[in-house]
Amino acid sequence: MAVSTPHIWEDDIYNAFKKASISQVPYVPDAGHAHLIRRVHDDPDMTPIVLTTEEEGVASSCGAWLGGKKSVLLMQSSGVGNCVNMLSLITNCNFPFVTIVSMRGEYGEFNSWQVPMARATPTSFEMMGIEVMRCNSPEEVGPTVDAVLYAAFASEQKIAILLSQRLIGRKEW
Amino acid sequence: MSEMVTIERRAAVEHLLQNRDDMLVVCGLGSSTYDVYAAGDHHANFYLWGAMGGAVMIGLGLAIAEPDRQVMVITGDGEALMGIGALATVAAQKPNNLSIVVLDNEHFGETGMQKSHTSHGVDLAEIATGCGFVGCQTIYDYDVLDAFTNKPNDPTGPRLAVVKITTDNPPRALPNVDGIYVKTRLRQWLGHQPC
Repeated sequence: MAVSTPHIWEDDIYNAFKKASISQVPYVPDAGHAHLIRRVHDDPDMTPIVLTTEEEGVASSCGAWLGGKKSVLLMQSSGVGNCVNMLSLITNCNFPFVTIVSMRGEYGEFNSWQVPMARATPTSFEMMGIEVMRCNSPEEVGPTVDAVLYAAFASEQKIAILLSQRLIGRKEW
Repeated sequence: MSEMVTIERRAAVEHLLQNRDDMLVVCGLGSSTYDVYAAGDHHANFYLWGAMGGAVMIGLGLAIAEPDRQVMVITGDGEALMGIGALATVAAQKPNNLSIVVLDNEHFGETGMQKSHTSHGVDLAEIATGCGFVGCQTIYDYDVLDAFTNKPNDPTGPRLAVVKITTDNPPRALPNVDGIYVKTRLRQWLGHQPC
C-alpha cells in the first residue's frame, strides 16, 4: 500500500486551519492530502468527515456555516465535476466556501483517465462563480491558504485553491 | 402503493413540528419545503429550493456545529435517494442530535408523479439500518408518528424514519425564495452576526 511522504506545506495548511479556527473538514481522500487528513484526525478541535462523494462536502460546509462554524472541503481534481449542481447552493445563498484541490492529470501523469477532469477543473469552478487560485511552489501554499481563509470567512467569498501536480509530485506506478 | 397508507403529507409535518421548541429544521426542495412552511414559518427553518440531494448533508454540518440543539431534516423520497450516500456519511459521524424524516409517497411529486425507487421495493429504512442508524422505522399511522416525534433522540446515534404518505397534492405554500435572506435569518437567530 502506498503511503505518501508528508510535504512540509501540508503542515502549513494545517497551521493555517488552526489560525482560522477551521472546525469541520469534509474530504474525499487523495494521496496529496494524506498527511493533512491524518493531522485533522488527530486534532480534537476538528471534525473530519469522510464523504462518499464530493458534493456532500459542499452541502455540509453550508450547514456548518449556518451553525457559525468554518469548514474546508478537501478533494482531488477528479471530484470537482461531481460538485457542480451543489455549488448552486453556495452562490444562491452566498455561503462562504473554501476547497483545497489536489491536482491529478497534469504534470507527468501516467493515468490519462485523470486528464479530462483536470483540464475542466478551473472551468467547472469558474462557471459556478467560484474564484480559482493555484499554488505551484511549496512556499506559496501556507500564505495562500491563510489569505483565502481570511477572505472567505470575513466576507463570505468562494474560493478554490488548486495544488498543482508539479507541487505534489507525480504518482509513481 | 400499499392500501395501509393513510397519512397525509401536510398533516405529517404538522405532527412532526407541533412541539418543535427551538429545533433546527432543514427541508428538501419541493413539497417538503412547502409542507414545512405551511406548518408555520420559523427563523430556525432552512428552506431549499434546489441543491437536490443536499438536505441531509446540510443537516449533518449543522448538527455537528450545534451539538446542543436538535436538528431535523425533512425531505422526500426522491431527494433522499439522490443523496443516498449521505446516509453512510451521517452514520459514520454518529451525531445523536440529528433526525432524518423521509416523507415517502413513492413518487416524484414535483415532476409529474413518476414512480420512484421506493415504489419498486427500495427500502430506505433498511438502507439506513445497514448504514448504522439506530431505531429506523417505517411509519404508517399518526400514533406511531407522534411516538417518534415525542421520543428523545437515541444517545448512541442519528435516527431515521420513513413516513409513508398518500399521493395527495395540497396547494403549494411558498416560503421566501431568497436564499441569502433565509440563511442570514437562521444565523442571526442562532446569534451569529451577518458578514
